[in-house]
Amino acid sequence: MLEKEIQQRVWEQLQSVKDPEIDSVSVVELGMVEEVNVTKNSVIVKMLPTFMGCPALDIIKSNVKKAIASLSLFHKIEVEFIYQPPWTSDRVSEVGRAKLKEFGIAPPPVMDESGKWHVDCPFCGSTYTTLENIFGPTACRSILYCKGCKNPFEAMKPVSTLM
Amino acid sequence: MTITTVEEAKKDNEYYKALTQLLFQLADDDFMIAFRGSEWLGLAPHIEEDVAFSSINQDTMGHATMFYQLLEDLGCGEVDALAHARKAENRVNAVLLEKVNGPGTYLSEPEYDWAFTVVRHYFYTQAKKIKIESLKNSSYEPLKHVAVKVNMELYYHQLHWKTWFTQLCTANTIAKNKMKAAITLVMEDFNGVLSLGPDAVRISEYGLIESEEFIRQRFVSSMTDVFESVDFKFPDQMGMKNGDGRKGEHTKDLDAALLTLSEVYSSNVNATW
Repeated sequence: MLEKEIQQRVWEQLQSVKDPEIDSVSVVELGMVEEVNVTKNSVIVKMLPTFMGCPALDIIKSNVKKAIASLSLFHKIEVEFIYQPPWTSDRVSEVGRAKLKEFGIAPPPVMDESGKWHVDCPFCGSTYTTLENIFGPTACRSILYCKGCKNPFEAMKPVSTLM
Repeated sequence: MTITTVEEAKKDNEYYKALTQLLFQLADDDFMIAFRGSEWLGLAPHIEEDVAFSSINQDTMGHATMFYQLLEDLGCGEVDALAHARKAENRVNAVLLEKVNGPGTYLSEPEYDWAFTVVRHYFYTQAKKIKIESLKNSSYEPLKHVAVKVNMELYYHQLHWKTWFTQLCTANTIAKNKMKAAITLVMEDFNGVLSLGPDAVRISEYGLIESEEFIRQRFVSSMTDVFESVDFKFPDQMGMKNGDGRKGEHTKDLDAALLTLSEVYSSNVNATW
């Protein structure tokens, strides 16, 4: 197999690794995979942690290893978390954003210069929402309330290097 | 000056010493305040605060992990051992951060002081923000990258504690008086947080972070503005009343904290949880 082809197959496997807490969105769609390096019998995957204190990171790491190991192509599989470039919420792909919404989590909004941001309800689309808690059940989410359909919901909080 | 690799950092012994000292301060500070914060779990004033505070503690523990990781990369020992297995006298966290939240323990009759917690966390977060901004230009590139990462999460922490601080300072008399008492208590030891330790001069000369004096000035000026906005006067004095943590001077509160937080690690070093 050509190196390019192998690389392609690794990316396909990475697509099968989901966020343990949002089982429809893959680590690729979340923008967590920075680099896949294939050399002969080994592969190094460089990943970006979303939030550093996230307890899912270790699980993600071992799931990535398992998924690549199932290809039976490598003797050595390394998964490394790096901080440069930093993960920012605009790394979530369009597909990832759509899937988050489907799951009931509003995709990360864009923060304006004053630090303000707004999200619409992922359930009914209403813009009449209020922020209940910037911090949510996981490090990357906030809790909001929709005055339209009267449902609480979560949003992925925006993080950018401009903050 | 830019040092991009561990090997380069190790070439100059003095640089290596200054770098690792600074990293131990940053790591131990975050580790200890995150632990004290975690003791509030289930005890915060309301459920939304419980959610927010535990998230902040989780982030902060994550920051400590990154700093300990940099130390591991530099050959100072493994992350878990650095966090759990070091004796009190080898720790360099500021004494203010090891202080108990109040009488009692989280298991029995915790009479924790919320005003003290808000003031300690707000002041700490503000000082950390100033340090992190400076670390974004550190001469040690891996530290620079960590600072960028920490900064994004810190933004929300700062917003959170500032909200609590200003609301309680402008609330009724009871809250106001409790906040004033807490401010006095925190200021008595806040020099310990701003201190860069015995090697402060070398640390800043190597461009690892700006000078202690610069950090202090920025802290005082940012706080003076916030205090004015709530009609308080920022105190002129801050001290190191209960010891200089950067020199390994600590209180019995740290011994008790270490015993609790390292309980699992001490029973089985390979435990995962």
